[in-house]
Amino acid sequence: MIYMKDVMIRPERCLGCRSCEIACAVAHSESKTLFSAVGEKPAPKKRICLEYVPDLGVSLPLTCRHCKDAPCVSVCPTKALHQDENASIVSYDQNRCVDCWNCSKVCSRFSTLYQLILVMGCWSSSMNYNRGLINRQAEAGIKCDLCEGRDMPACVEACPTHALIFTEANEV
Amino acid sequence: MKPEIYEKSIDLASQKILKKAEEEGIETAWDRYEKQLPQCSFGQLGVCCRNCNMGPCRIDPFGEGAQKGICGATADIIVARNLLRTIAAGAAAHSDHARDAVLTFKKMSEGEAGSYRIKDEAKLLSLASEYGILSEGKSPKEVAFRLADTLLQEFGKQDGRLLCTRRVPESRLKLWAELGIEPRGIDREIVECMHRTHIGVDNNAVHILLQGLRTGLSDGWGGSMIATDVQDILFGVPQPRRSTVNLGVLSKDKVNVIVHGHEPILSEMIVEAAEDPELLKLAEEKGAAGINVAGICCTGNETLMRHGTPIAGNFLQQELAVITGAVEAMVVDVQCVMPSLGELTGCYHTKFISTSPKADFPNTIRMEFHEGRAYETAKEIVRTAVENFPNRVPEKVTIPEEKQECMIGFSAEAILSALGGSPDPLIEAIKGGAVWGIGAVVGCNNVKVTHNYGHVNLVKELIKNNVLVVTTGCNAIACAEAGLLLPEASELAGDGLKAVCRALGIPPVLHMGSCVDISRILVLSSVLANYLGVDISDLPAAGAAPEWMSEKAVSIGTYVVSSGVFTVLGTIPAVLGSQAVTSLLTGGLNSVVGASFAVEPDPLKAAELMLEHIDAKRKALGLDSQR
Repeated sequence: MIYMKDVMIRPERCLGCRSCEIACAVAHSESKTLFSAVGEKPAPKKRICLEYVPDLGVSLPLTCRHCKDAPCVSVCPTKALHQDENASIVSYDQNRCVDCWNCSKVCSRFSTLYQLILVMGCWSSSMNYNRGLINRQAEAGIKCDLCEGRDMPACVEACPTHALIFTEANEV
Repeated sequence: MKPEIYEKSIDLASQKILKKAEEEGIETAWDRYEKQLPQCSFGQLGVCCRNCNMGPCRIDPFGEGAQKGICGATADIIVARNLLRTIAAGAAAHSDHARDAVLTFKKMSEGEAGSYRIKDEAKLLSLASEYGILSEGKSPKEVAFRLADTLLQEFGKQDGRLLCTRRVPESRLKLWAELGIEPRGIDREIVECMHRTHIGVDNNAVHILLQGLRTGLSDGWGGSMIATDVQDILFGVPQPRRSTVNLGVLSKDKVNVIVHGHEPILSEMIVEAAEDPELLKLAEEKGAAGINVAGICCTGNETLMRHGTPIAGNFLQQELAVITGAVEAMVVDVQCVMPSLGELTGCYHTKFISTSPKADFPNTIRMEFHEGRAYETAKEIVRTAVENFPNRVPEKVTIPEEKQECMIGFSAEAILSALGGSPDPLIEAIKGGAVWGIGAVVGCNNVKVTHNYGHVNLVKELIKNNVLVVTTGCNAIACAEAGLLLPEASELAGDGLKAVCRALGIPPVLHMGSCVDISRILVLSSVLANYLGVDISDLPAAGAAPEWMSEKAVSIGTYVVSSGVFTVLGTIPAVLGSQAVTSLLTGGLNSVVGASFAVEPDPLKAAELMLEHIDAKRKALGLDSQR
């Protein structure tokens, strides 16, 4: 077991303010300051997305690190999730997916959300948002890099309700 | 990371009390600011709209998400609407203050406000003649009654422009008329702002902002100016005098009463009541050596200007004053009073007394103030403070030794009289270059700027470059605390300004009053422009608000720029979410009203921007423009 810090989502605390999205875009801008980043061309890209999940009735900040040796890829029985070894980018093929949810169980970042989804009893529609995000990021060639060079990822720092926390998660 | 105390304030007295607060575990605005960080980016950019209940809506500033609100409003529309509401709130605050001053004035003239009288008959008569009221054969009270009626009509006026605009240079009036921004009724402009920003009314950013300019003008050349004029009649036109400022003015052995807020109507009475023999006797019985009234914010500036009543501090020092443990009563009226004072005064023996029918706060003693029995209420308030003196806990008291002498009281009238009755000597000094230009530096404190750092450094840089500075509000208090309001401060000025200050015996930084008294700066600039036969925008003058935070400051900035004075803001207004609005405010306005805004948090760079503007105006006037 290797223990390392990661961004964890506590969905019940999210108020949908999108502060994480903006902080993320600013952290990945040239100038690193809000007021200058607003005018930058090309516009900086966020790595975290607030997705409204109708079945849950809440908004969730979703983000993917496209981990090296991604556990979600290794447990996927149908190879619906696969990884480009060189770019270390995970992508998702909906046609191969059988909604087994193995990926959600092993993703440290997704685990708290997974618990919530289990309790709420609404399965597939929720997970689709995460996979959709993974695919959009794969296409754009961007991923969450935990804000390299910062002590605390910008999204976590920006969250006014601590729906995002930066804490130790066990990773296989 | 928690900021160090020296990062919170440059003022030594404040630093000492901030240390005390830390030791006692007392929370201040700086701590609450830390807990707010990072602040909401949508709010900072001005792209959040809550004007209807389909929303709230917000625009993604990076283009990936929503670019329109549900009604279709773009970032430009949302930012402009929000700005208009901010201006309306600021203008409302100043103008409603003015209304109460005029109502008190009217009641006085009807004999229903026995505590008040006409203190400055000369100003009454000159205003009466300006408003076309015949005073011959009439008693001062009759003249006052007519004048009050005329002034009251300005608030609900339906036809024509505000009468104070007759003081504006002809060319500027013409410009306002062409743009359709001549201010009409004082209340009307504010109401129209609220109407226009309702869902589905005004949805053109430029059109919205023009109403913003007009509303600002209804404050500067309406509400604020009327407030200044009427308060001068009731309490006297300020004249130069000396006083002391900073937390060190609090007394170790006297009863300390703080008057805080913005109106002089009650504080004038409190200053009087503090000299009442009956209350002085009571103070002696309670073991106090007397009664010490000290001001905070503009209530403080009003009594400072007219009586030399000392000032304990500016906006960010209101909590610090209580934390000294030496304040028997914190008496507040309206505007810029932190609700945190409720919980804070509970940690000490301080009585928190709210007096305005409009403004209450947590944990106050209500002693509502009405003109009819003003002096009686003031006496009750002072008595409450005196009776609280024995509850002071000596172990909890720390009064910093820092206090600073200052010279204040420079109304437009006083400045003209210091010049020998005519603006000519000042104009000659400007022409010759001894006085390079005029800088108007005003505005609040803001926890986003180290307390007083922006104010003091900007002003020092200006006077070093021979710019004569006029100041009001919290900037004036900051300058006083830094010793800049003394004739001796001309040592810090450039050679030209130093010589002028020495010859006239004045400080290089002239305290013109409270924030409604920025109208005095407007009057002075009009006098200078008219004397030179130019527009205000032609004068070698520039404005700044280095630490602004209030909605009133936005209204002020708007009327100053609309009057033709380039203005540098030290904190960033919530408009950067719209490039159209931002570029209009920081550039486009130049071709509309001959002045614009700039934003520059670094006070030295801000001073340079002002100096460059002054250089350019000097050049245009054919004066020496090489510094």
